[in-house]
Amino acid sequence: MSKVLLLVGTKKGAFLVESNDGRRSWTIKGPFCETWPIQHMIADPAERTIYAAGGNAWFGPAVWKTTDLGETWTHSSAGLAYEEGEEPVANAWSLAVGPDGLYAGVEPAGLFKSCDGGETWRHVAGLRAHPSRTQWQPGGGGLILHHIVTRGDDAAQLWVGISSAGVFHSADGGATWEPRNRGTRADYMPEDQRYPEVGQCVHSLVMAPGGSDRLYQQNHCGMYRSDDGGRVWTSIEDGLPSTFGFPAAAHPRDPDTLFLLPLNGDINGRYMPDAKAAVWRTRDAGATWSALRDGLPQQNAYFGVLRQALSTDRLEPAGVYFGTGGGALFASADEGESWSCLAEHLPAISSVETLVID
Amino acid sequence: MAHDGRPGGDDNLEAAAPRLPSVCLVLPRALLSLFPDASREVELSAATVGEAIAALDQRWPGMRDRLCDATPRIRRHINVVVDGQRARIDTALKDGDRVHVLTAISGG
Repeated sequence: MSKVLLLVGTKKGAFLVESNDGRRSWTIKGPFCETWPIQHMIADPAERTIYAAGGNAWFGPAVWKTTDLGETWTHSSAGLAYEEGEEPVANAWSLAVGPDGLYAGVEPAGLFKSCDGGETWRHVAGLRAHPSRTQWQPGGGGLILHHIVTRGDDAAQLWVGISSAGVFHSADGGATWEPRNRGTRADYMPEDQRYPEVGQCVHSLVMAPGGSDRLYQQNHCGMYRSDDGGRVWTSIEDGLPSTFGFPAAAHPRDPDTLFLLPLNGDINGRYMPDAKAAVWRTRDAGATWSALRDGLPQQNAYFGVLRQALSTDRLEPAGVYFGTGGGALFASADEGESWSCLAEHLPAISSVETLVID
Repeated sequence: MAHDGRPGGDDNLEAAAPRLPSVCLVLPRALLSLFPDASREVELSAATVGEAIAALDQRWPGMRDRLCDATPRIRRHINVVVDGQRARIDTALKDGDRVHVLTAISGG
């Protein structure tokens, strides 16, 4: 029987929420990481290691680590710093495992890599050396690098999402980068400047399974798919209740299936459309969408779900999970068809990821 | 053998080096929970607050990052108090100083 762990990053620490592959009953452990605000947690399944990225108002940024499923934790930020005189790293915002190391995205936006399991870090300086950096502007959450996409079969390829600078791609392991925002809108710019090279406010960036170059992007201004690694983006927002939302989650096996949580709009409160909660799913790469509501609150749902707070597991059928800004955690064990609430009173949830242990 | 005029000589340089002030650092409990091997009060020798924090980092690797950023300066919500005054990283220390490291009011 498999063990399923939800890795839940919150404003007041990390939590591990555990079940078996039936995914009916869950136990909650935490808060870990000395109740530091944790922006993102991931697992390296090969090493059975869980990492948690965050920052504390007093003690600064760090990446926490447990190799015994939460029993004991260590923390490090050795090397997780810019050069003297630069604006210091305030927070660690995102994590990703690549084929040759661990990546961390930070605020102000930049990328770091660890080749020793998070003990020490080095700056992937090529990204901040990009000539567009002077144009990068902080979004509502700050100037944050909140998504990192790696390819298991190609260590040289990296994508990052920065608010609000957009998507950048490296084909050489981070030495050089190019913006990949063509086709994504910046509605907050003057009418004749809405498709700039950089400056788009990406909210979520995920890669479809299957080894193709398909990416999906939830943006502040629309929902997009790219079939060529982000060189060109196509709008797939028709059929959605809003062009605005934060997270997106790919299916573990089907590249045409994607899950979203559109909110009612960027200046309308950023909660569930009509205050009725729904996860939206496409089975055809964004051509059509359906709302999945069974078991989700259908009145007074004035909550939002942030960039990294929607995830799937790799079981069959896939589990889907999301956590709200109000501290509620919802789960589906049937690809979104039905939902249950696992927790109602956690701290504000920043991120949800999964780990399945066979 | 020529000398530079200072007391002692080439074979006595160690004795000629100025003795560093002996100080006591009082660490915040929240920091101790991050470094369980550390003690609440730490006796060490340092000429400045920055040197004292570097000495802490020697004993408990990573502690400097928790107290200072890469600017380098003491973190915004950490207060270091010497002789009743908020200190900076370059504040000089003297023999017998008690250096209080405090977590400032922050958060929500």
